[in-house]
Amino acid sequence: MGGYFSDLFSGTKSLLDGMWVTLKEFPKRPVTLSYPHESLKMYARYRGHIELIGDEENKPNCVVCGMCERACPSGCIHLAGEKPEGGKKKVLTSYTLDFTTCSLCGSCVESCNFDAIRFSNEYNLASTRKEDFIIDLLKRLEEQDK
Amino acid sequence: MSQPIELQKDETFVLNVGPQHPATHGVLRVKMTMDGEYIYKAETVLGYIHRMHEKMAENRTYPQYMPNMGRLDYLSAMAFNHGYALVVERACGIEVPERAEYIRVITVELNRISSHLVWLGAYVLDLGGFTPLMYCFDDREQILDLLESVTGSRLTYCYFRFGGLYNDIDDEFITGTRAFIIRMRKELKMYAKLVTGNIILMKRLQGHGIIDKDMCQRYGATGPVARGSGLNYDVRKNEPYSVYPELDFDIPVNDGCDSYARYLVRMEEMEQSLRIIEQALDKLPEGPVNPEKKPKLIKPPSGDYYAAVETARGNFGIRLVSDGGKNAYRLKLRSPTYSNMHLFDEACRGMLLADALAFMGSLDLVIPEMDR
Repeated sequence: MGGYFSDLFSGTKSLLDGMWVTLKEFPKRPVTLSYPHESLKMYARYRGHIELIGDEENKPNCVVCGMCERACPSGCIHLAGEKPEGGKKKVLTSYTLDFTTCSLCGSCVESCNFDAIRFSNEYNLASTRKEDFIIDLLKRLEEQDK
Repeated sequence: MSQPIELQKDETFVLNVGPQHPATHGVLRVKMTMDGEYIYKAETVLGYIHRMHEKMAENRTYPQYMPNMGRLDYLSAMAFNHGYALVVERACGIEVPERAEYIRVITVELNRISSHLVWLGAYVLDLGGFTPLMYCFDDREQILDLLESVTGSRLTYCYFRFGGLYNDIDDEFITGTRAFIIRMRKELKMYAKLVTGNIILMKRLQGHGIIDKDMCQRYGATGPVARGSGLNYDVRKNEPYSVYPELDFDIPVNDGCDSYARYLVRMEEMEQSLRIIEQALDKLPEGPVNPEKKPKLIKPPSGDYYAAVETARGNFGIRLVSDGGKNAYRLKLRSPTYSNMHLFDEACRGMLLADALAFMGSLDLVIPEMDR
């Protein structure tokens, strides 16, 4: 019988303790954001999907060496280039990222010796269509300037 | 308290817990043979989330396998990064700069706290208390923000590199971490008041889910599960790696053997992790985070290598067999919850179903790590 009453007493005490902790949270401001009306700014180092870096004329820095394509563990980068007539350097003609298989490991960015790709800060990417995640980065770079 | 009862085998029925069950926190299926409300036998069925991680190591290069390490135990991915980086560094003989070692310890310990916070929140949620989850996730959010500002990702980190790190930490991270330590110490006191001292929790945990020392040893259980049964085993002390020998911390051990003992061990571990982080921040040396000399192509000489680290759930070991090529010849992962899970069958016999689920939560199972 004594155990019953001591349980009852300590039970009430722990209940009140718990309620006091919760009560102290009452006047505090909410820690959440009402997304999508507000959204967070990402850190500078945030790893979104990759994007191409352009020079002053918005031409990509990429020299089509294909290091990123080879470094990628999931094979989600496909790029192609051609040598223009009379030109010495290869020019990028297409750069496609299949974001459905990308694991954002950063191997491509690290393998690049020409400062041609970086992580974007893009994170609002929800979609129900697969095609939305196959991103033409060259087109993206051209549109960015406009 | 669960009583051992005389079970009538011919009057049993089979109850499937999972693969989609909120208490298993993942796709774990437990085929329970029940005698009324009592468990006669519990057979765990794995394979619902098998992704062939070990096989994947054999057909991709060593750096390409690094992202996989974040996807085994998504709650303490940093420790898994550490394990893999460690085994390849041992194999290739790469020296790690001291600053990188300290940053590794800081990030791993922060990750350990965040992992224990998820466990605490989810476990109390399993037992019927909703509020602590909110506090736990609020605190965990601080850690995730800190780690995100450094690593760039929130959960599946791919931060460690062979011989160093992806990038250096900044002053903002250091001040943020120091502020977090102060905050977390306060919060731990609050958890002690809100959860640890709660009578409902005590009644549900004390004396339930008894695992003795012998059983832990037989099944190879490690981490807080073994330490809650009085086994003083922690890889950080027993097979020291990185800069752990230079830091002063205790390994919490509890002889209770029940779910409550495991609970207390994890709560104490969070405090010890805070101590480690504090010391590591004080001792943090200046210098580079990547070695000056590092082989361009990672090709470990042929041989057999092993490294083990202490994750939030126990001993994670990697055995690497190399034939001198670009890919591993064989990579064996020894993950903690796989062993911790297997004592469930023996320990839960004769237990009530509701108690068994409370016991399962105390093992802190992460299914993608068990079933890889």
